[in-house]
Amino acid sequence: MNDITQGLLAALRLIVTFDAELWEISLRSLQVSLTAVIIASAVAMPFGAFLAVQRFKYRRLVISIMNALMGLPPVVVGLVFYILLSRSGPFGVFGLLFTPWAMIIVQIVIISPIIASISHQAMRELWAEYHDLLISLNTSKWQRIKTLIWDGKRNLLTAGLAGFGRAIGEVGAIMIVGGNIEHATRVLTTAIALETGKGDFALALGLGFVLIGLALFVNISIHWLSRTEREGRW
Amino acid sequence: MIRKLISATFLFVANMAQADTLKLAVTTSFENSGLADVLLPEIEADLEIDLQLLVVGTGQALRLGAAGDVDAILVHSRASEEAFVADGLGTHRREIMYNDFVLIGPKSDKAQIGATSGAAESLQKIAVAQATYVSRGDDSGTHKAELKVWQIAERAPATFGSWYNAVGAGMGAALNTASALNAYILSDRASWLNFKNKGDLALLFSGDPVLFNQYAYLPVNPAKHPTVQYEMAMQLEEWLLSDKSAALINNYQINGETLFVFNGQQ
Amino acid sequence: MFPLTLSNVCVRRREKSILGPLDLVVDQEGPTMVIGPNGSGKTTLLRVMHGIERISEGTAEWAQPDHANHAYVFQSPVVLRRTVAENLSYPLFLIKRPKPEINTAVEYWIERIGLGKVANRSATRLSGGERQKLAIARALIRDPEVLFLDEPCSNLDGQSTREIETLLLETAAAGTRIIMATHDMGQARRLAADVIFMKSGRIAETGLAPDVFHAPETSELKAFLKGDILE
Repeated sequence: MNDITQGLLAALRLIVTFDAELWEISLRSLQVSLTAVIIASAVAMPFGAFLAVQRFKYRRLVISIMNALMGLPPVVVGLVFYILLSRSGPFGVFGLLFTPWAMIIVQIVIISPIIASISHQAMRELWAEYHDLLISLNTSKWQRIKTLIWDGKRNLLTAGLAGFGRAIGEVGAIMIVGGNIEHATRVLTTAIALETGKGDFALALGLGFVLIGLALFVNISIHWLSRTEREGRW
Repeated sequence: MIRKLISATFLFVANMAQADTLKLAVTTSFENSGLADVLLPEIEADLEIDLQLLVVGTGQALRLGAAGDVDAILVHSRASEEAFVADGLGTHRREIMYNDFVLIGPKSDKAQIGATSGAAESLQKIAVAQATYVSRGDDSGTHKAELKVWQIAERAPATFGSWYNAVGAGMGAALNTASALNAYILSDRASWLNFKNKGDLALLFSGDPVLFNQYAYLPVNPAKHPTVQYEMAMQLEEWLLSDKSAALINNYQINGETLFVFNGQQ
Repeated sequence: MFPLTLSNVCVRRREKSILGPLDLVVDQEGPTMVIGPNGSGKTTLLRVMHGIERISEGTAEWAQPDHANHAYVFQSPVVLRRTVAENLSYPLFLIKRPKPEINTAVEYWIERIGLGKVANRSATRLSGGERQKLAIARALIRDPEVLFLDEPCSNLDGQSTREIETLLLETAAAGTRIIMATHDMGQARRLAADVIFMKSGRIAETGLAPDVFHAPETSELKAFLKGDILE
């Protein structure tokens, strides 16, 4: 328990003194994860909606695979992308390895299945509700997807936040493709891993509390923003 | 939403400008020593480059060098380094400095490794007593040094029982495990001095020349990977061999103890 | 558009025949009330006519196909998870009508169905009667040529039922072809110009309302009108 108290104190100290490095890595954590969530959502959410409204031959199989991919081990994703992005690899020429974009890419791959799966679930339920009406109104596939996404936006938000939670806590994959380089690719989670490895548990815990606080802050802000938007809509 | 996209794009663009960036893979032992924090600002000021350190195990450092993902490596595993150069992956090997390994263990020291004639004898005693031992087990420079001492002691780790724990992790993580298990472990002195979770462990044995740990600098061969920053890597090598560097290295201390001895040939 | 001709239509689900075989010609007159015991296939028939039910055999063809101009009101009102006003504007928004036109239409219909006070309330918070009126207004907002209704008043109170029937009679008078299923015989008598009586997935009898109600031909219809339970 003493370690935890030390950790809380360390966290407070870092925040109150506006520790420069803390701000830097926290900001980078947010940038990387938010970018990943936005891009992943842009792809995964319409995909989830599409899966709900379009019948095709291997639909059930695709849904099963999508759900199974949620269990994709992040560190394996990191390793695969290291090989792909390495100078000796097929995409080395883009020079993405050991940059924040490599971290964003692996996070996109890791969180897309979760976002897609939760989105699909929400879209499926909503489609069951709207099905007869939208067909009766002679809507096109694309109109249906847009309507489902718009009317289901609260649940889609949940999907996005689930993806964000997974992304901001990710460490294995981004360690491999990011390299945890100080002032370049170090984020909160990799810094925690580093300090833990050095045996400095108090600092590691402190960073951990900051990370938790950050994740909570983002979640609460999003919910607050969306609730005050329009009364009685949710 | 738009703002986020813009900041993300900015991130992207900012990272495309990698012209003056030098990527150096170093080992966890080197990073843990804290010497990097002393040298880095001086290097960046004097050479006006952005030096990015990737802190990985020796094996991974060599792998990154072989793939051309870093411009140079600083490791401490002579045999692997020579093979690296022999295979044409690095242009040459330049010794910079050495520190030493120390044997750490529980203060009670049941195996009594403290007062022996050499490192090999100490490890012998551990094996005989079957005292809990933690090994890096990750093919790092430290791990290879440990295996060398076992060899001198004519013992094969492959035959050891469950008292021998190969954790497959960096120095810090291995020390954490040793602290938790109250076990013996071979560590580089710097990592030990900087380690903040010592628990019941203490430094029990040191000083045997076989425990000396040579660091060398190897630039990646531009013939193999034309994209590496060879000129910058050579500038860094020159700096590392300079008088200024020698002074910084020789004067670096933790708790009043010097750790490294500069032995670069200028 | 008219007539709509159903030839030898059969609808099967999982090997079981739920409709047909039946033949029917629907012309421009109306309103038509579709009556019959539960499970007789009323809903299926309406869905076939509207084109949202897959036919296993036979054909259902309009003289001039123009599906965009039909509307359908479901037994259980389906509302979008949006405001009342947005529900009404949705069908017009789908066909890309200009904003001013949409606003005018929405204002008109909101007043017509008496939901002016709750225009900006979420539709999911309306009562059953209000929802059904919303659904009908939404169906009528595109000025359809044909309006199908599947037992729209089955779960509503007297006042809502009366309001809806008035609305439907006005709509029919304005030229919209109404085809409606109901199990309320009083409603059938009040609204019907002609009647289709169904039993066991087949059309048992058709005819003009006065004829059918006062002088039913088949024994099943006689029994049904008397109030007997039909097997």
